Amino acid sequence: MSLKNNLHQLKEKYRGKKMAPAFNALHTFLYSPNETTHSGSHIRAVDDLKRTMNTVIMALVPVLIFGIFNAGYQHYAAVDAANGVIRQASLFGNFLTWDNFLMGAWTVLPLVIVSYGVGLAIEFLFAVMKGHEVEEGYLVTGMLVPLIIPVDTPLWMLAVAVAFGVVIGKEVFGGTGMNILNPALTIRAFLFFAYPTWMSGDKVWVHQAVDLAGGPDAISGETVLGFLAQGRATEMSYSVADMFYGFIPGSIGETSTLLILLGGLFLIFSKIASWRIMVSAVAGSLVMGLIFNGAVSAGWITETSTFYGLMSFEYWKHLLVGGLAFGIVYMATDPVTGAQTNRGKWIYGFLIGLISVLIRVFNPAYPEGVFLAILLMNVFAPTIDHYVVKGNINRRLKRAKNAVVLPGEGEGKADKLKAETV
Amino acid sequence: MALLSKKDANLILDPLSDNNPITIQVLGICSALAITAELKASIVMSVSVLFVMGMGNVVISLMRNIIPSKIRIIVQLVVVATLVIIVDQVLKAFAYELSKTLSVFVGLIITNCIIMGRFEAFALANGTWRSFLDGIGNAAGYGIILVIIGFFRELLGSGTLLGYKVLGDPIAKTGLYAIGYENNGFMLLSPMALIVVGLIIWVQRSRNKDLIEEN
Repeated sequence: MSLKNNLHQLKEKYRGKKMAPAFNALHTFLYSPNETTHSGSHIRAVDDLKRTMNTVIMALVPVLIFGIFNAGYQHYAAVDAANGVIRQASLFGNFLTWDNFLMGAWTVLPLVIVSYGVGLAIEFLFAVMKGHEVEEGYLVTGMLVPLIIPVDTPLWMLAVAVAFGVVIGKEVFGGTGMNILNPALTIRAFLFFAYPTWMSGDKVWVHQAVDLAGGPDAISGETVLGFLAQGRATEMSYSVADMFYGFIPGSIGETSTLLILLGGLFLIFSKIASWRIMVSAVAGSLVMGLIFNGAVSAGWITETSTFYGLMSFEYWKHLLVGGLAFGIVYMATDPVTGAQTNRGKWIYGFLIGLISVLIRVFNPAYPEGVFLAILLMNVFAPTIDHYVVKGNINRRLKRAKNAVVLPGEGEGKADKLKAETV
Repeated sequence: MALLSKKDANLILDPLSDNNPITIQVLGICSALAITAELKASIVMSVSVLFVMGMGNVVISLMRNIIPSKIRIIVQLVVVATLVIIVDQVLKAFAYELSKTLSVFVGLIITNCIIMGRFEAFALANGTWRSFLDGIGNAAGYGIILVIIGFFRELLGSGTLLGYKVLGDPIAKTGLYAIGYENNGFMLLSPMALIVVGLIIWVQRSRNKDLIEEN
């Protein structure tokens, strides 16, 4: 308690000084503030911005831990494969081992530290410069960013991208809650367009695959989508269970559909994320997958087509590979950049699923497109909301116009009004 | 500036900073985004616009009393088109490679909003000398932004300046590339040029608070 009191006293001391926001951020990070709003009608609830953010982070921690193990596992599996030994993944046999954990932690944790370090430094800087309190928006972004990039992304690239994403994607719009684009995806998009060789291909998904390329110890780490896009599906040794549990190469946090599913359920039951967006996005991707499957079975697409591999991929498996599940659960549901109205959420989610699979199949350079689909729909979310709200207004106007005024049961004016709203 | 009166000097100096055609009036953005991936192209484009605008303003100003106002836009277009064709032919004759880089954008100087804007707003109502200064000033204001954008885009996007490898050789891994630096491919794409323009506007407005609009 004494630390808390000391911090409160320090806060009073620094009130109005230039560095006050930076100090207050640390203070409220540790303790709830000792002052509450007294006037006006405010909803008094415990789930403030900080708690919301922390809930999402809690849902991300299992994914991060799995990502750490998987980063190590994929490295050793690729080394084995280069020596002619094909590994069969087994959870306790060769996945949850100290070797995997140490190797994974050694590569993944620096990314997390750089992401948080750079992002929070910029948040503090802007808070001090603009004289407002530090907002918690970066807490989730900082955790999402390392999970959606390849494991061997150079740290300085990540730092540059985070600086760009936080400043251009968020701060110029006015900070947390005002951004039109998801900052984590802005960072991903920046990396993708600025340094494409580090963000796609068959060498970036497994630790050290780039360093060893071309040498006698060269290892490969093609993703499932990479195999399919090149029409090499038969060379792939991953089973459906591998895809579902996540023993496949990919961006750090995206591989385990099971843990993402659990995280998604946790977010739904804690009422942090919108189930409407998740359900409709899943539906959208399934519909697009079915359309492609239908095109293949109708014989429109032959095996000679470039798109055959991805279009003939069973529709439901699209959800198991790539970043689709991760994007739907953790990115599309961002309450700031997503649609706000209930009907808008259905449309917004559905289009995200639809466009994700569409880009995934038809993107010639890179067989994935979830981040592009979500960014695109982020831009359209306000438009969707606008038309939903407008439609609602029109419907009610029409209803008011056509309303038949029935004689009220009572004499009072209230009863008459009640009758009009039939 | 004893050569020019204060009023005349402002015709040149204003567009360079506080009334810049790109960052304040937000005109001529298309070409600023399209051709600034290399510094050399930016400089040539700036010089071309400087020529077209200086000469065009003089010509329009000389004719301002005999142009019927109903067809003035057509007359203006003819004047710009003539000048642009001269520039285009000169570039094709003496700098063929560059003219290929600039491709259609030299021709599109005709539709550059800054030029038509200055004809309409200034040359039609002012004397020849002042119109000349105004043209030069606005073209220089356009050019200075182009050169700034071109500088950053070429330096960060290709690691070169005017074609010289100032950051080292990316293939032989010398200079900065030896320690793991890589060129930023995003800088070569037009969206990044828009963001660079935005950053310039940001810097300019935070240095001069008078430029910030109230709303």
